[in-house]
Amino acid sequence: MARSIFAYIVHSNGEIDDSYLDFINAAKKIDPDAKVTAVVFGHGDEVENVAKEVANYYPEVWKVNKESVAYPNAEIIRPMLLDILPNDSIFMLPHNTFGMDLGPGLSIKIDSTYIPDVVDIEKAEGDTLVVVRQEFGGQVSTHVSCDISSGAVITIRPGAFQTEEEPQKVSGNVVDKSSEVKDVEAKRKYIEVIEAEVGDVDISKEDVLVSIGRGIGDQENIPIAEELAEAMGAVVSCSRPVVDAKWMDKSRQVGTSGKTVKPKIYIAMGISGSFQHMGGIKGNPFIVAINKNPKAPIFQYADVGVVADLLEFAPILTEKIKEIKKG
Amino acid sequence: MEILVCVKRVPDIGENEIEITSDGKDIKREDLVYSVNEWDNYAVEEAIQIRDKVGGSVTVVSVGDDEWEDVLRREMAMGADKGVLLKDEKFDGSDGKGLATILKAFVEKGNYDLILTGAQASDDGAGQVGGMLAALLDWPFASLVNKIEVVDDKTLRIGREIEGGNQEINEIQLPCVLSIQSGINEPRYVSLRGIRKVASKEIPVYGCEDLGLSEDQVGEKAAKVKRIDYFIPEIGKGAEILEGDLEEVAEKLAELLKAKGGIK
Repeated sequence: MARSIFAYIVHSNGEIDDSYLDFINAAKKIDPDAKVTAVVFGHGDEVENVAKEVANYYPEVWKVNKESVAYPNAEIIRPMLLDILPNDSIFMLPHNTFGMDLGPGLSIKIDSTYIPDVVDIEKAEGDTLVVVRQEFGGQVSTHVSCDISSGAVITIRPGAFQTEEEPQKVSGNVVDKSSEVKDVEAKRKYIEVIEAEVGDVDISKEDVLVSIGRGIGDQENIPIAEELAEAMGAVVSCSRPVVDAKWMDKSRQVGTSGKTVKPKIYIAMGISGSFQHMGGIKGNPFIVAINKNPKAPIFQYADVGVVADLLEFAPILTEKIKEIKKG
Repeated sequence: MEILVCVKRVPDIGENEIEITSDGKDIKREDLVYSVNEWDNYAVEEAIQIRDKVGGSVTVVSVGDDEWEDVLRREMAMGADKGVLLKDEKFDGSDGKGLATILKAFVEKGNYDLILTGAQASDDGAGQVGGMLAALLDWPFASLVNKIEVVDDKTLRIGREIEGGNQEINEIQLPCVLSIQSGINEPRYVSLRGIRKVASKEIPVYGCEDLGLSEDQVGEKAAKVKRIDYFIPEIGKGAEILEGDLEEVAEKLAELLKAKGGIK
């Protein structure tokens, strides 16, 4: 298949986002002989260095070095991509806060098919691509058939295509595309990034976390988790719905939109296990899942599972732990 | 400010089990309770708060069938001024672009300054319609918005939630489309009395022809993205499930946690 494949490389502070690995493996599933072109936007020495680094893994790297894209504003980058991308190509992005910002609109403007949050690629035959997506928070998967006769914009679930294998090194060619893109006046202007507040406890430094999700049901049930944590000498963290409901502080949230934690033991109570939540747990901890729903995705990630209502089970566990401590 | 909020009706999954039908073509829907998509509910609350500050009106719109009226009425009970249903058999099977095309046609019949959608829906998790609608209208777009301040009648100052819980601040010109992240506000409670009060309000319905759309722009015919089947994913090795009554299970787990060094 001769369709050209492009991969948008996300980077910040000179560091390349791991999604560059996903794209290499995803492209191989579309076409084992694919020569993927990496696309890097940025400004100054940073983008020069990033482009050189990326050329160790991609045979060709398109670099756009412009002051207007020093910060990756999707509203500026989208029209620039239209200046350089050939029609009918396949364009890959990470399914993260940048990809979700850029991708849907790009697919419209370039008149290609948008395929969001892809976790696997089943097959590619001519103009048809069959991908795997997840629905209902990862409880069920779907095969999706996509007509890519006029190209595709695909966002890839971060980490879904990463393997233990080291990527093959190449000595790629960096092509400067800066003069081929036009600066347009964007109707959305980037102002600044406000860093997340640091809370009373830094959960990213804790060894043992008792983490609660939607299953906690109500703010008044939080002491159930606090008592368990206290008995264990642990700290309480949580998933997104608990913060959305304003039951706990944002600084206690584990996940890609919260804190990245590296505990030795992680007890997930009433947490379904969305990929955004699991993306915030690093260092391969011993995971215990306690959930009413035996189909909850968290049981796929956990080492040990208990199918029970946390409100019923956690107080019993607290008592048993207190007994053990008494000896 | 004239604000339009696009809302979707979805099965309320919560902690419920989703099961697949024997032919794999759908999930078992009989016992599911449907409600408004959580993110959309935040978007409606945000729209109401903006209207209450600067004036104007809030319209909620859905692409769906008669059952979707309940969802529209729920959002009207929250405080939306008007509900509109875009309904036509020809819309069935629309993909993201099809839905955005239908919504665009409706938007062009009105005079909106601001369009809000949820950042994603809890069923398909695609997060696509807002960005597509903005591109079709040629309006600016921002996703995952977790703060909106009205600067003047041409500009909003917005926060986007980005990785690590950081917030990216932008200024965006009106008219624009924003997709709203959960947690941006605390959606108000809707009482039964509130729903009864809007029960008799008329919900206008527009079909394919009313919107000036042709059959080949929407629905199954236009869709380039089609779900083939559902299946249960197998990620990783799966947990060892501790069996027994809760007392036994708790004792086993406590011992296990002790052995792993989890009890200090």
